[in-house]
Amino acid sequence: MKNKILTLTITLIFIMIFVIFYKGLQDTNIYTPETRSNNEIPAFSVQLFYSNEKISSSEIFDLDQFYLLNIWSSWCVPCRQEHSLLMDLAKNKNIKIFGLNYKDKKSNAEIFLKELGNPYEQIIFDIEGVNAIELGAYGVPETFLIFKNKIIKKYIGPLNQNSIKQIKQLIK
Amino acid sequence: MKILKLFFIFFLIFSFNHLKAENRDIKNKITKNLRCLICQGQSVYDSDSEFANSLKFLVNKKINEGLTEKEIYKYFADKYGEWILYDPTLNKNTYILWLLPLLIFLIGGAIIIKSFIIKK
Repeated sequence: MKNKILTLTITLIFIMIFVIFYKGLQDTNIYTPETRSNNEIPAFSVQLFYSNEKISSSEIFDLDQFYLLNIWSSWCVPCRQEHSLLMDLAKNKNIKIFGLNYKDKKSNAEIFLKELGNPYEQIIFDIEGVNAIELGAYGVPETFLIFKNKIIKKYIGPLNQNSIKQIKQLIK
Repeated sequence: MKILKLFFIFFLIFSFNHLKAENRDIKNKITKNLRCLICQGQSVYDSDSEFANSLKFLVNKKINEGLTEKEIYKYFADKYGEWILYDPTLNKNTYILWLLPLLIFLIGGAIIIKSFIIKK
């Protein structure tokens, strides 16, 4: 009788462990960051790149249209690659592209823009990287599609032809 | 009189120092409990990545704004999800995590008692 209980508990433990590991197999090992439930853009004060003015973030995305917020930096190599795509997208009238300059030197950023062109309507100068965190970003490059003060799409990593196509479809 | 003034100034400086130190302690505690999302298996405290440094800066800022520890955790969890916290709350995704050690402990105890009784 006692032996029976012992074997029963042991098999039960093994079954439980098996189930847990089996369930674990089906999950991907790579953690994909979940989009946060609250997609609204929080209000925080930002510094503008050219005028050095301090304004509230809510003043930037106030119009009833699509915005693309691109987080970039002159020291970021993938940002160089995606920049031509942004230049193309800037010709589109349905969208306004804003930049967030992440932890950069102003002079280097200006050289970067001179070299590759400036697709940005306005640039937020984020020297401490705080604004990026407040937006829920991970690093550079990262791009948010914003509509009605809400982030509707996040592109983590550099943009490519497919994501540009997707954006164009969304803003039609 | 001069000495007294000097003493007073020193006292003031040291008392501010104490304040700063306390801030740093709580900052370290908070950053140790936040996961660095772009590193693997490191807390924000351990990491020196751009992301972690920005987070440390922001934690400092929030402490100075007068937010409590819990409010800061909630602030980051709202932005990045539960994953950023090293201490997950009990919900339907984490109940196995929380209850399994307890269950294993109980089963282990049962096995010990059983074998003890058998020996008797």
